[in-house]
Amino acid sequence: MFDRRLIRYFDWVLLLVLLILATISILNLYSATYSIRDLGGSRIFTKQIYWFLIGFGVFFSMTSFNYNALERYAYPIYFLSISLLILVLFAGKVTSGSQRWLSLGPVSFQPSELAKIAVLLVLAKFFSKKGGRKKYRLRDLWQPFILIGIPGVLILKEPDLGTSVLLMTVSFTVILFVNVNWKSLVILAMSALSVVPFIWLNLKEYQQMRILTFIRPDMDPLGSGYHINQSKIAIGSGLFWGKGFLKGTQTRLHFLPEQHTDFAFSVLAEEWGFLGSVFLLLIYLVLIMWGLNIAKESKDIFGSIISVGIVAIIFWQVVVNVGMVTGLLPVVGIPLLLFSYGGSSLISTMILMGLLMNISMRRFMFSQ
Amino acid sequence: MLKTSDFDPVSGGLFNKQFKKIALFVLLIFGVLVLRLWFLQIVNGHVYRSKSEQNRIRLQDILPLRGVIFDRKGKTLVDNRPYYDLYLIPEEVQDRKKLFEDLNRFFDFELELSEQKFNKASRRHPFKPMCIKKNISRDELALIETHRFNLPGIMIKVKPQRHYVFGDLASHLLGYLGEITERELMNNKYPDNKQGDLIGKSGVERRQQPVLNGIRGGEQMEVDATGRKIKAVSRKPPVPGANICLTIDKDLQALAEKCLTGKRGAIVAINPGNGEILALASSPSFDPNFFIGGVDKENWNKIVLSKDFPLQNRALSGQYPPASVFKNVVALAGLEEGVIDPREEIVCNGIYTLGNYDYRCWKKHGHGKVNLHRAIAESCDVYFYKIGMRLGIDRISSYAKKFGLGRITGFDVLQEKGGLIPTREWKLKRFGVPWQAGETVSTSIGQSFVLVTPIQMAAMTSAIFNGGILYQPQVTKWAKNVTGEIVYEFVPKVNGRIKVRKENLELVKKALVGVVNEPHGTGGRAKLRHVIVAGKTGTAQVVSLEKEKKFSDAGGIPWKFRDHAWFVAVAPADSPKIALAIVIAHGGHGGSAAAPIAKVIIEAYLENSG
Repeated sequence: MFDRRLIRYFDWVLLLVLLILATISILNLYSATYSIRDLGGSRIFTKQIYWFLIGFGVFFSMTSFNYNALERYAYPIYFLSISLLILVLFAGKVTSGSQRWLSLGPVSFQPSELAKIAVLLVLAKFFSKKGGRKKYRLRDLWQPFILIGIPGVLILKEPDLGTSVLLMTVSFTVILFVNVNWKSLVILAMSALSVVPFIWLNLKEYQQMRILTFIRPDMDPLGSGYHINQSKIAIGSGLFWGKGFLKGTQTRLHFLPEQHTDFAFSVLAEEWGFLGSVFLLLIYLVLIMWGLNIAKESKDIFGSIISVGIVAIIFWQVVVNVGMVTGLLPVVGIPLLLFSYGGSSLISTMILMGLLMNISMRRFMFSQ
Repeated sequence: MLKTSDFDPVSGGLFNKQFKKIALFVLLIFGVLVLRLWFLQIVNGHVYRSKSEQNRIRLQDILPLRGVIFDRKGKTLVDNRPYYDLYLIPEEVQDRKKLFEDLNRFFDFELELSEQKFNKASRRHPFKPMCIKKNISRDELALIETHRFNLPGIMIKVKPQRHYVFGDLASHLLGYLGEITERELMNNKYPDNKQGDLIGKSGVERRQQPVLNGIRGGEQMEVDATGRKIKAVSRKPPVPGANICLTIDKDLQALAEKCLTGKRGAIVAINPGNGEILALASSPSFDPNFFIGGVDKENWNKIVLSKDFPLQNRALSGQYPPASVFKNVVALAGLEEGVIDPREEIVCNGIYTLGNYDYRCWKKHGHGKVNLHRAIAESCDVYFYKIGMRLGIDRISSYAKKFGLGRITGFDVLQEKGGLIPTREWKLKRFGVPWQAGETVSTSIGQSFVLVTPIQMAAMTSAIFNGGILYQPQVTKWAKNVTGEIVYEFVPKVNGRIKVRKENLELVKKALVGVVNEPHGTGGRAKLRHVIVAGKTGTAQVVSLEKEKKFSDAGGIPWKFRDHAWFVAVAPADSPKIALAIVIAHGGHGGSAAAPIAKVIIEAYLENSG
């Protein structure tokens, strides 16, 4: 298993980027929890360090096997994730009005995270079968649609609007990547739009409120409008150089809610200013571009598509989170990958990163 | 073993285009994000910076301490005392019900706070103190302080409150405080004061409001999102108001007010040498302490709608006919105009006939032969009827106005009225009817339309004895701010001079001495043994003599128809130190109701100041 080539083609760039992100994330989390360090803040901080250590462990273990094996197990994994999604709707732990978690003793995890990976795998398998030449038309895509649709709806029922939409978006990105002719694209877009009212009616009231508040922020200045308002103040008041490490007043005085989760970026922006925020975005950009490069260099279509899918996951989550905290998008409760506090999100991201590393390391290994 | 499905290099090239498109798209979106950050942090950064400051900084006013008011000897008349408000901090209250049960054991009345209100406050501002009782007594304070540890969440706040040390003493002069009104805010009369501030509403408190108020300070407090105070960022201490020393003598004032107890009227005591007010009393009175802490409507109406008008400062705005006191004016006018020969003797047999009408002298059967001196000393009406007719109303009026009558003195406390000195022109304008000769007759003895205020009389009488100088009455001796710097110092102001020949003044002065010290003088009850007091009585009719007679025959004149009693005085006559004007509304005869008061006051004053 330990081929010397694995070490030779070890992707140091990817690892470096992840380490930089981890460091910045830890530092930022320290600041975000600094003011409540006596009230559990330091516990959160140390917990996240442990998660990072475990995460890197998972990362490395994901590189230990040949990813092509997943091609064989794609559908079984997929069906497992579907059954878990159904299970969580009945036996899931109820937290703040939604059932997203399954507990296995001391640990709990979200089936929706597994579903993300599973859908990628089956999509990649589907599209790699026919090879890259084929130009797909709408009628050819009925299978992928079902493959995406089932988990999509199940996740929506939890309810978890954010993850469901993310799943759809990533999947469509992948589909776009594999060459669909533009006529079908237009029909696709129109049908997507026609579905919107149906989705709206199925949204819960607080979800509808969030969107309405986004359009008219003054409608609910003490509710979700408050979050965005305080976030913009935090970000904007950082100016160019920021207020300095541990010196963010919005953070320290608790004007910024959810500062170690959804709004972790705002903490960074307040303390490190324009310079710091753009720097972080640059790191993500490097990660994404490097991921695309891995997709390009991948030895097969299967790996390529998975890589693109992983890059899409990173890209969309970053864009949605940063867009949300800067007031460009409504509040949707998506944390920032590899930056916000959260163990389960970190582990599932590390699984994806590990997979990416896996594909990158084996780009010249044509047999195994 | 090459699996062809694993390796498809050609398609790699086909995907290059896609990768380029994706990379471009990613860059585009990231560009949008960076642009957004640029917009928030660079373009509008300063706006958000100030918003973040607004979030965390709370501005708290620190009210300045109001200046203290002293009397001329340094006795404190008005100062500030602490008063205590009871607050609770929702976050620190453990058991609301029990807390209130405990509290209500200490207070006679039921303290209440609805659960709803409490929960609302706990949610929104858990650290912001809520006021549950204002102005607790020192006993209640002591009880609460001793049981402090059993009352978690309770807080006491101390605030200074205006305190009028001697209750209703000099209340009209000192004034009282009330909340600043919207109009006063809009007029920008008091630029340092904001809504909710207490400012002077009358008296010295009002006149000297900018001096007494001081300058408010402020504190910038850093707070967190729950309103909890973290630390003071900066502090600008308030500047206390300047202290004011008045010209009045507290003991003299107290004595004057004592003399007016149960009566309606006013006393003005002034230093004839410079216009300093020594005492200014008006009755009935009120206690300015009553207005502290806000008055409820019922009690306010009791004062404002009372028929006694306790808020009115009768010394300044009480307008009464001067009656015989006006004879001083007519006398000086007559002498100056050459219409009187001091040696001329006129016969008074009790009646003066003009046309169809008989004007009577108060002495029923007349004074007999009187010259000027006797006419003044014994207050002969007939003499003055004749002199008045010789002068004519316009000349009488013009001299009256020269003596400061008919207009306000400009005293540095407001609420003055100017009185009335009638002229031909005035009557025509006012009533549309021409002046009648008979009205001149009445005017000569200070009746008819003539109205004066006690402060005018005091100023005028002073002028007669100080060589003709009408000093402006003033009550502020000095104002000093906290550093000892003098903001204001008393300087005598001259309102005007009575241009009358010296010998004429001497004649009148001598006669006024006679009023008090000669056996038949009407002011004998003001006579003192060791000091020469000069003065003039006045008995102002409210209704006609005939009506009066009808009433007294029936067994007593109703109070509201009784005459007003006047007495003006100066002592010592040769080197005047104090001048007085006393009016007792419906008091009866000047000589019997007002003159004795003058005696008491003059005696006390000269005794104390040597």
